[in-house]
Amino acid sequence: MSDHPAASALAHRHHVRGWEPVPWIVALAFYVAFPKYLGFGTEVLVTILFALSLDLVLGYAGIVTLGHAAFFGAGAYTVGMLAKHGFWNEPLTGLALAGIVGAAVGLGSGLVLLRTRGLTLLMLTLCTMALLEEAANLGQAWTGGFDGLDSLPIAPLFGRFEFNPLYPTTQYLYVLAVLFVCFVFVRTLVYSPFGQSLTGIRENILRMPAVGAPVPRRLAICYTLSAGIAGIAGGIWAQANAYVNLGTLGLDRAATVLIILVLGGHGRLYGAFVGAIAYMALSHFLSKIYPTAWQLGLGLLLVVIALFAHNGILGLGEMVWRRRSRAAS
Amino acid sequence: MATTVPRGVVSAPLLETRALTRSFGALVATRQVDFRLDAGARHALIGPNGAGKTTLINLLAGMISPTSGQVLLKGRDITALGEAARVKLGIVRTFQINRLFRGLSVLENVYIAVAERMGAAPSMLRPAGRRRDVVDESMRLLETLRLSDDAARRISELPYGRQRLVELAIALGLSPELLLLDEPAAGVPSAESHIILDAIDRLPAAIGVLIIDHDMDLVFRFAARITVLVGGAVFASGTPREIGANPDVRAVYLGQAADG
Repeated sequence: MSDHPAASALAHRHHVRGWEPVPWIVALAFYVAFPKYLGFGTEVLVTILFALSLDLVLGYAGIVTLGHAAFFGAGAYTVGMLAKHGFWNEPLTGLALAGIVGAAVGLGSGLVLLRTRGLTLLMLTLCTMALLEEAANLGQAWTGGFDGLDSLPIAPLFGRFEFNPLYPTTQYLYVLAVLFVCFVFVRTLVYSPFGQSLTGIRENILRMPAVGAPVPRRLAICYTLSAGIAGIAGGIWAQANAYVNLGTLGLDRAATVLIILVLGGHGRLYGAFVGAIAYMALSHFLSKIYPTAWQLGLGLLLVVIALFAHNGILGLGEMVWRRRSRAAS
Repeated sequence: MATTVPRGVVSAPLLETRALTRSFGALVATRQVDFRLDAGARHALIGPNGAGKTTLINLLAGMISPTSGQVLLKGRDITALGEAARVKLGIVRTFQINRLFRGLSVLENVYIAVAERMGAAPSMLRPAGRRRDVVDESMRLLETLRLSDDAARRISELPYGRQRLVELAIALGLSPELLLLDEPAAGVPSAESHIILDAIDRLPAAIGVLIIDHDMDLVFRFAARITVLVGGAVFASGTPREIGANPDVRAVYLGQAADG
């Protein structure tokens, strides 16, 4: 029975496709070819990781959120405060703590706000983030308030590799490795039966209880895992830059990551990669060409994507690919 | 009736309601309904529009909770249980208007249901396709409903009649003991409705079925018992012959249906 094309498609969909190593080869090639741009490259990799965490909740479970920076910031401040106040500065364990704190904030807030839907949910995610941002602003003694914490004394990786802010070779490879591990985890998750049930929740949340699925529990687990990954992204950002500020918890960051995911294509794993690279490369170059009005160009691009390609750049690519192969056959 | 209870053995019915009542503000949608249904039953629920048929199904499935009264499954009070918990106990429903996972394939739709029933759904670290038992069971179901040719197609690409079959496939994937069918052929062009009716005729005999439908030919052919609801209350109950011969029923409902 598994010989049926649909059954074998389902049985094989998690297999690694031929092109899947390409992004990682490109990332390593970038390291060799553009040593002067590793700072920019590190920023892109962190953004991909953050967008990937958002893809899990938004693209797979269909949870619409505008407050995902809450977990990014929670992770960043965990690393920042522990290092600055002399409690802990070992990078790997610090990153694990950032993930745990991010996940804890996700679980705590998720248990309350995931009971709601639509606009209410959107507003509650926004409020959670605004509350954390204000708390970070007020807790000056610990968080540095508006100025944040800088010159974080992050210990060398494995006791050997220094995080040098001017030559961020260690940062780049470290972030790339963490991104790879997290990506493998998310990829495994979305192709699992659990991931399939998340897509069921996304496609028809009202039907899921009628198939016996504990929807609130599934959503809470998904939200917690995603928040944990966002916490890791924030933590690694703080380690790589050796500072943390209120911007890590801001609406600007939350909106940008949402734009990146929509631009690249949500619910597709690689949308985070394509979106982050497209957005950051574009804003990098546009801001050089038109220093005053570069955001206009980005805005226009987004309008075009929103109007003509609901599934982002990857969705557009898939559509073209399907048309061509249909025309060929 | 479909089941015979051995003499001297007191057996609880599969499903029973006691004085089940549900009001929405001033409107009493379900009024003091005492209802019973045995294992393997073929039971139809009829009544004019607004009689509270779907509300009763919603109450039985646990989608809404009653204002007062009880729902019992095999003698156990399940009034407090929610929708998902009742599915685990074997009470499964279909919807009058399709509730499918439209962006997913037919096979994935059924997979989601079968994975829940077989306890595979919480598993995170194994690929869905590795659960061959779930995939095979899903394909087997599609075959019995003659849907395997469409297994790889997305729901949104299917004609409505085929979508109704997927609705049924999802329900059967949950191994129901009691199947609540809310107008299974609603919205299906008459040229295709025989596909649905065939599928309903071929349902396993062990499943107790409660069906709502406006098609009196279907109801009288399929059901061994019929309950007539009017204004949320049980107006009459009996075999198709008794109901067909009941002058009051003819007056409030059947005559009306024949005219319209």
